Amino acid sequence: MAGAAHWLRRGTRLWLGLMAVGLVLSTPLPAAAQGETIGGTLVYRADDERTPVEGVSITVSQDGTPIGTAVSDAEGRWSVPLPGPGSYQVTLDVATLPEGVTLTDPATAELTNVAVIGGQRRSVIFPLGEGTTSGVTTYARIGALFVAGLKLGATIALAALGLSLIYGVTRLVNFAHAELVTLGAVIAYLFHATGSGPGWPLIVAAIPAVLLVAGFGWLQGRYVWQPLRKRGTAALSLMVVSIGLSFALRSLIQLFFGGLPVAYPDFAGQPAIDVLGIPMVPKHLATIGVSIAVLFLVSQFLQRSRTGTAMRAVSDDRDLAETSGIDVDRVIQVTWILAALLAALGGIFYGLNESVSYDIGFRILLLLFAAVVLGGLGTAYGVMAGAFAVGIVVEMSTLWLPAELKVVSGLVILIAMLLVRPQGIFGTRERIG
Amino acid sequence: MDWTQILAAGVLATIGPVTAGYALSAIGLNLQFGYAGLLNFGHVAFMLVGAYGTAVTVEFGGPMWLGLIVGIVAAVLFGLLLGIPTLRLRADYFAITSIAAAEVLRLVVRSSWAEPLTGGVFGIQGFAGDFHRLNPFPATELYGIGQFVVTGRALWVIVVGWALVLLASLFVARLIRSPWGRVLKAIREDEDATRSLGKNVFAYKLQALMIGGGIAGLAGILFALEQQSIHPTGFEPRITFILFVMVILGGAGSIWGAVLGAAVFNFLFFATDTLMAQLQANVDWIGTILTPAEAGLIKYVLVGVALILLIVFRPQGLLRSRNEGGADAA
Repeated sequence: MAGAAHWLRRGTRLWLGLMAVGLVLSTPLPAAAQGETIGGTLVYRADDERTPVEGVSITVSQDGTPIGTAVSDAEGRWSVPLPGPGSYQVTLDVATLPEGVTLTDPATAELTNVAVIGGQRRSVIFPLGEGTTSGVTTYARIGALFVAGLKLGATIALAALGLSLIYGVTRLVNFAHAELVTLGAVIAYLFHATGSGPGWPLIVAAIPAVLLVAGFGWLQGRYVWQPLRKRGTAALSLMVVSIGLSFALRSLIQLFFGGLPVAYPDFAGQPAIDVLGIPMVPKHLATIGVSIAVLFLVSQFLQRSRTGTAMRAVSDDRDLAETSGIDVDRVIQVTWILAALLAALGGIFYGLNESVSYDIGFRILLLLFAAVVLGGLGTAYGVMAGAFAVGIVVEMSTLWLPAELKVVSGLVILIAMLLVRPQGIFGTRERIG
Repeated sequence: MDWTQILAAGVLATIGPVTAGYALSAIGLNLQFGYAGLLNFGHVAFMLVGAYGTAVTVEFGGPMWLGLIVGIVAAVLFGLLLGIPTLRLRADYFAITSIAAAEVLRLVVRSSWAEPLTGGVFGIQGFAGDFHRLNPFPATELYGIGQFVVTGRALWVIVVGWALVLLASLFVARLIRSPWGRVLKAIREDEDATRSLGKNVFAYKLQALMIGGGIAGLAGILFALEQQSIHPTGFEPRITFILFVMVILGGAGSIWGAVLGAAVFNFLFFATDTLMAQLQANVDWIGTILTPAEAGLIKYVLVGVALILLIVFRPQGLLRSRNEGGADAA
């Protein structure tokens, strides 16, 4: 019996399968507990002779939280019990590999999106071969984290800018903005990687995705929020409506897209290149470059075009703008289109660098709020600066904090900022509370 | 299609411990949102604090009564900690901060860093033994008629849960009829006017946040005792949004509204769940387009739509007259 999502069912395990080209055999695990496990057998094969690899440490985690660590036994077997079905990351600690043994592809030390269903004992494969391991210097680590921070900041900036612009022109704090981000990533996936889709390259698939979400943004602004505004619904009630909309949309996306995260096949597992002694992944650099270019274009639009100027005018003083002959409803509609377009682009970049799932937008929503509050609700340039600051702090915090708590550092900035300077770095002071 | 089964699922859920827990938490949220006008989007954090306060205390060898006290006190103190810095902020900033604080708390609790205390992603189990040993009903005995049967174990939680709901409702009703409650409603209607009358608006809001938080903490404890285990996944933001639907459905700012909202919501929620499962299994064309898991998601879509429609078309809920402020006037 086929489900609604059958036309977009995906081959999550496909690229894991591709890694199986290597020299490791996976055997059914020794029976552990009744529950789900992830495990495998580490075997180093040379000249048709198989040698089990003992004493290698492998960690299974979920959303950055370690679930458990196993060490391969004398036969190379390892297994980690899981709390339940879901999607996990499996990381092999390269430092624990014996002398002369290394991963044939260093990028496979971490397998993301390993899906485990109820009762399953999932096997994963790490291809091992000959080679030498190299240590990572502190300089390279800090540099890599900084680039990762810029990458995250660029993504947040794209997504958060729309949130702030919408607040500027309509005074709506739109929780459903998260779903515009998700929709961008998900629709690009449909055009890019589903079996029954056209299978376009990601760069081509991004175009209809961004346009469709921009259209959806316009529809939402025109047929949900404009009527509510005309009814004179209070701002706080509108927030509750946006929460309801967010919840409904997220569940709908989950209904059609399924609950497990996936990755875009294009650019997956891209190896890092060495720039000034810092390992950098080309797609991360592309994310940063394209985002900055887009942000520059948006700032030019706001600064120079008639509509952009009108947008800033409505943001500053709506009544004054209206009396000076600006068609406020039209400006708001343009803002919705722009906001949705930017959010979709941010979502595609997030999907490219992390993963695509029904809740990615909601997962980064609080970081978007952090960026918006840091820069000043309703501002454009402030939010861009705030986004990069949040991105860099979140990634750099892993120097001191466990990786699973890195998002917390972003939220702590949000809370701290609200206490010290609630109008944001660039916002203008107004009377509060 | 078995309509009695659908009805039974709805009715059992409505009288069951889940509704009692939600109703209790909704009473706390109603005090904060319905009476004080606080847009607390992090309400689930109070339940988390209450549940973990009790579970951790018992796990480390404390008696059950101490665990209960620790859970409630911790939830009240969390209200103090959250409220002091954030209640001076504008309402939309308060909403953002409260949801951020709730997520920070959940992420910290589930982290491996906190695992020695909270059990991390695996949570804590087996702390509710003392509570279930007090059960006067034989645990495996069945009570009820026809399809409407519950075990003695469930009956014990139901009795305790609904007793707490009754006590909390009477307590809040008493508070609201006092001078304190009148000031609270005045703040909701016009904060500046109340301040100009010399009332310390901040202190009243803080007290409402703490008392509502304590009641929510108790609700978290009830859930924990009922399930005998707690996990961070049980305290995701969606719980807060479901509570908002319940409070607005029943009528924000009405004593029995929160309880009625929880009951009506859970009846519809679980009846819809069973209905969708039956449609999926018995109606061919629905069975071909939806898998059982997908059919189960429909109810969440409906929750979101219900929240939108309620705010837009009936912001006063089921129990309140339109002329008394509340969500619309907040």
